Amino acid sequence: MAHAAHAHHDHAPGFVKRWLFSTNHKDIGTLYILFSVVAAIVGIALSVLMRIELQQPGMQIFADGQMWNTYVSAHGLIMVFFVIMPALIGGFGNWFVPIMIGAPDMAFPRLNNISFWLLVPAFLLLVASLFVGEGPGAGWTIYPPLSDSTYHPSPAMDMALFSLHLAGASSILGAANFITTILNMRAPGMTLHKMPLFVWAILVTAFLLLLAVPVLGGAITMLITDRNFGTAFFRPEGGGDPVLFQHLFWFFGHPEVYIMILPAFGIISHVISTFSRKPVFGYLGMAYAMVAIGVVGFVVWAHHMYTSGIDVDTRAYFMAATLVIAVPTGVKIFSWIATMWGGSIRFETPMLFAIGFIFLFTIGGVTGVVLANASITQILHNTYYVVAHFHYVLSLGAVFGIYAGIYYWIGKMSGRQYPEKLGKIHFWLTFIGVNLTFFPMHFLGNQGMPRRYPDYADAMWGWNLISSIGSYISVVSFLFFFYVMYVTFRRGEQAAPNYWGEGATTLEWQVSSPPPFHTFEELPRIR
Amino acid sequence: MKLAQPTPPELLARRNRRTLLAAFAFAGGMVGVSFAAVPLYDWFCRVTGFGGRPMIGAAAPGAAGDVTVTIRFVAATHPSLPWRFVPQQSAMQLRLGEEGIAFYTARNLSDRPVTGISTYNVSPDIAGRYFHKTACFCFEEQTLEPGQSVDMPLSFWVDPAMLQDAQAREIRTITVSYTFFRSLEDAARSGALAAAGPHVGRGNRP
Repeated sequence: MAHAAHAHHDHAPGFVKRWLFSTNHKDIGTLYILFSVVAAIVGIALSVLMRIELQQPGMQIFADGQMWNTYVSAHGLIMVFFVIMPALIGGFGNWFVPIMIGAPDMAFPRLNNISFWLLVPAFLLLVASLFVGEGPGAGWTIYPPLSDSTYHPSPAMDMALFSLHLAGASSILGAANFITTILNMRAPGMTLHKMPLFVWAILVTAFLLLLAVPVLGGAITMLITDRNFGTAFFRPEGGGDPVLFQHLFWFFGHPEVYIMILPAFGIISHVISTFSRKPVFGYLGMAYAMVAIGVVGFVVWAHHMYTSGIDVDTRAYFMAATLVIAVPTGVKIFSWIATMWGGSIRFETPMLFAIGFIFLFTIGGVTGVVLANASITQILHNTYYVVAHFHYVLSLGAVFGIYAGIYYWIGKMSGRQYPEKLGKIHFWLTFIGVNLTFFPMHFLGNQGMPRRYPDYADAMWGWNLISSIGSYISVVSFLFFFYVMYVTFRRGEQAAPNYWGEGATTLEWQVSSPPPFHTFEELPRIR
Repeated sequence: MKLAQPTPPELLARRNRRTLLAAFAFAGGMVGVSFAAVPLYDWFCRVTGFGGRPMIGAAAPGAAGDVTVTIRFVAATHPSLPWRFVPQQSAMQLRLGEEGIAFYTARNLSDRPVTGISTYNVSPDIAGRYFHKTACFCFEEQTLEPGQSVDMPLSFWVDPAMLQDAQAREIRTITVSYTFFRSLEDAARSGALAAAGPHVGRGNRP
């Protein structure tokens, strides 16, 4: 145990007290990351089953369309709420925000513990709902009328909705905690404009969560009462309107996609700067680009609803507003490239993932600009082109951000450095696998293959086969990741406090690896 | 350079509590906003004709000009309502400003009285603000005895002002769509919701 050496002044409590009642931000961060890995196993398993089904036209392993829809829905919800958000916000956020701002812990450690433990029952409810009745088959967007009691009469949908309530409560508590921590607990001298970009990313993300998640909470509460208590918020027979749900959902849902990607932006900034051995290019521009993305992200929601019956002027506005987001996003992409420019670059695994992130996120961003056009989306709406787009920015973007963060910080978090060669093999396996999976989906979408069907026209077989093969490679790469982690923990070298050397300048590199159980009881001073 | 001093613990605790409460109040406010969206959205749609909501009330000014539009009629029935609900005519020609009348027929196929309620919209959506109904059966509950059949009239006119709207002046076909639902009270009475039939996607299961 690495802590034994510090036992006299760095006392860690026993197992149950430490891990079940944990109030230590590093332990809670570790719990979040482990939770995310477990959820990822389920989420990836569901996606592979889907790719097995789609490998050939006709029905292969799924019983019917409803079963397919429940798997699609569960895959989406798990990946969004139980993999990406816990890893990026709960995991890395908890681990490194207090250290980076020089605070001893989060502002409210017990609240932090509640945030994590709300997530566990939420996840169990969602997974259990797959085995109840017809399952929650209304997509991650849970639009009524499909999610109402006529089409989903069993408690499965209620379980999924309640799961979202718990996950939402967890996010709101976590966000309030992060905001308080970042605003009040910075070490002396750590002004907002000296804060590392990852902390900026988490701060903006926390504000987005605080604004967006309660609206989802309101919408699904209405859905639950519509289903169970005879209200008619979204039921036309009682004067309600199902399209209102879409507005409420996407008022949450669009900021949600930035909630998933902004922390990854933060990680990538650190990694690029470290491995180029240069401070990040345009620090203030980078920080305020995230703020701008967050702000504009709230006024573009109806670009998800171009085909839901909104008139052409409204579509023109939402189209223009959406295209505007490409500007701050471009500022970030170009600043990352400018950071690398003239740097003495090392291609270690985190840097590979970071450059992979920039490359793939840019592809996803470009297809996003295509989809922002209301007229094009009349045709591409709900096709695999959209699926390809959001997997490029999330499954490849956010996930590459997570992997970059893990390889960047695993030595810091565990005290043991990962094996470089295995890390590189993992990167290339993942890079090839995910691109093979998702790039063909652009072609399928352009051919008109719709989302959310377990079957397709025979003519689309070829690219579907390639996509399925890609997903099998991705699974192998995920298993290989476990092997890399196994080797890291079994045989990894003892990591020095700053094992990346020059370029790694934030505060976490000034403490030991792993950091002592309590960091910064004596506050550091930032000049 | 003078360095800032750390905040004393009790002051920090108080400040943290304040920030947290402000954050929670903000989140609570957003829940409130999401519920406030319900009446606001309804009001917005009624006032603007947004989402293809037709205007109700004003009498027809009489035919003006010789531009004719085709009005098509479609009908849908919610699965929980055991009715057969169809338009009597699939389409009709109408001059702008002229009042037209059309009929839908509803028949109760079940062996007990059933109450239904209908909603409507017109498409393209933009035509909503030019499509006026002078009399309709929208949003009135209708109770049909077992086997009873009724004709439901609908009178309407299309505002010639449509020709002045850059977005709508090309429109020559307007589709009127009615959907009949079981009324909430009737559904609650009969337990129809609980007993909703085999639903989408499971139909082929042996």
